[in-house]
Amino acid sequence: MALLLLFIPFLILIVINLPWRVSVSARIALGLVLAYCALQMVVVPILPVSFWQTPLNLPLSIGMDSLQIDWLSRLMLFCIPLVAICSLLTGVQYSKDLKNKFYFKNLILLAVIGMNGVVLARNLFSIYVFIEITSVASFILIASHREKGALEGSFKYLILSAIATMLMLTSIAFFLLTSDNTQFSTITTAIQTAQATGTNSGLLMEAALLLFIIGLLIKGGLFPFHWWLPDAYSSAPSEVSVLLAGIVTKVCGVYTLLRVMRDVPVLHPSINQGVLWVGLISIIVGALLAMRQKEFKRMLAYSSLSQVGYIIIGLASGTPIGYVGAALHLFNHTIFKTQLFINAATVEKSTGTGILDEMGGLSKRMPITGVTSLISFLSAAGIPPLAGFWSKLLIIVALFSTGYNVAAIIALLAGILTLGYFLIMQKKAFFGLLNEKWKDVKESGAAGLVCTIALSAITILVGLFLPYFLYTYFI
Amino acid sequence: MSIDILLVVTIVFTAIITVLQRSLLKGAIGLALTSALLTIQLFRFSSPLAAVFELSICAGLITVVFISTISLAEPLSYQDLSKKLKGRYKKYLTLPVLLVALIALILLIPNDVLTSTLMLKSTAATTTTGGNSDVRNILWNQQGMDILGQIVIMLTGVFGVVLLFKERKNDE
Repeated sequence: MALLLLFIPFLILIVINLPWRVSVSARIALGLVLAYCALQMVVVPILPVSFWQTPLNLPLSIGMDSLQIDWLSRLMLFCIPLVAICSLLTGVQYSKDLKNKFYFKNLILLAVIGMNGVVLARNLFSIYVFIEITSVASFILIASHREKGALEGSFKYLILSAIATMLMLTSIAFFLLTSDNTQFSTITTAIQTAQATGTNSGLLMEAALLLFIIGLLIKGGLFPFHWWLPDAYSSAPSEVSVLLAGIVTKVCGVYTLLRVMRDVPVLHPSINQGVLWVGLISIIVGALLAMRQKEFKRMLAYSSLSQVGYIIIGLASGTPIGYVGAALHLFNHTIFKTQLFINAATVEKSTGTGILDEMGGLSKRMPITGVTSLISFLSAAGIPPLAGFWSKLLIIVALFSTGYNVAAIIALLAGILTLGYFLIMQKKAFFGLLNEKWKDVKESGAAGLVCTIALSAITILVGLFLPYFLYTYFI
Repeated sequence: MSIDILLVVTIVFTAIITVLQRSLLKGAIGLALTSALLTIQLFRFSSPLAAVFELSICAGLITVVFISTISLAEPLSYQDLSKKLKGRYKKYLTLPVLLVALIALILLIPNDVLTSTLMLKSTAATTTTGGNSDVRNILWNQQGMDILGQIVIMLTGVFGVVLLFKERKNDE
């Protein structure tokens, strides 16, 4: 049944590309894509795992054994369509070109298929194929308006992504040299056997795993492979920034790293330590660079670098608490970053500028955008009782419990930096006296407001009812 | 073994020359040549099916697609071309450094690790890639989901071409 999460969007893609009239096809596309995303958001968490593991009785056997769902997959299968809906509604609001809108919806659906495949696969090669679907859709989406900055951002992402692809394929080739296939279970057994017998193939497989992890760090935009991130996020069309920052880099880089390091638990301790240091440096570098930014979206891009660092250090702690904290922070980051990018899009479209110094007092004209932005940044800074506080707390507790005291203290202190750059952003954009230039700006349209209020509600509810969510979905 | 090393060196050499080409057309032909050399290498590795796919798709189909696209594009004017070519070779100064670093890295791998790695699947390769039924089994039964994935990637590419290039005609 998990295969339906790939087949149904594929069928919808075929239906929306039938030769309807141009005006009708755009509406059909929007309706069907929104309906599918809403259905996936509602159905996946409700139906039990056993339902999704039931095989489909298709005439052709098509490798269904490699598709599996667990609590982490269900969490991502909820987030993927949620961010896709937010991106679609942002696009509907701000993009006027009918033909562009139509292709945008197709590409969103293709990205959703790719991301669904990544979270369902338990085979390195399949994960690579579906990451490539998402990446190719992303390159095209970033460059879709064909502006110079967007083409440059897309090209940088393409080149870095090609390097990541090369590393991932090299590691897959090494795995195929030493084991029968690239299933997680086969790789784990092969590495454990090689480590036990002390043969050279164990060293080769660990090196291969390291190469794959480096590829994922590039895809996720982590230090020191982060330099494509601000250009891609800031130069892409607003609706694409929402998708990219909200879910694409999370699924292709961070989620896959969580999955690989958990399901192939045979990493050399030095690789784990290396990942921990990468996370710590990402937190600090991201926060410091975010404080220097003058542009709204670039500040958010560097903030993403910093926040993803928290996820990585939670993972590197190697404890169940750390893992749950990392997964929870991944979820929280998806929610608050999507919201912040939607608000950035609203502000940019209303004022015509993305430079923070040119804004000022916008919460007087855009109160809902201002308040929801405040909720997101407080959650990102880890202020209780919002959702971000709990995930950061779990990560810090996990680090202290494993003896990574220095890392825990650095992560705690970096929270002050997070508060710092977000306060700068909020003060410059929303607080203070209203800049006379913006006395006629309007609040976001209904589509944008629905998304932003819903995301704030999720942030508050998850924060208040976390024990319920933890016991239902994580434990 | 020496023919394989010679082939690998030639493939890398043609790839570098291809990337350094000024003319897109020569670049596309260089790509076809590199793919053809890779095909020979794959035949030598007893992977005839992979070699056939490489030759027909990379050296054949992709070259045709590239050349068709190049024929549709407008060449740069003399002034624009001169501006682009100014200081061009400075960009490639790091390339010899990277090549030397890569070769040094490969030479640092201990001999016993290298030979035992290369020996690991050499016997398996001749038995699993020789027969059609094994490839069908792998493609349809073990990696079936990847076939769906690859169809979706091609569709994504088609949408990309339509979105990024269709508007150029409307702009004109």
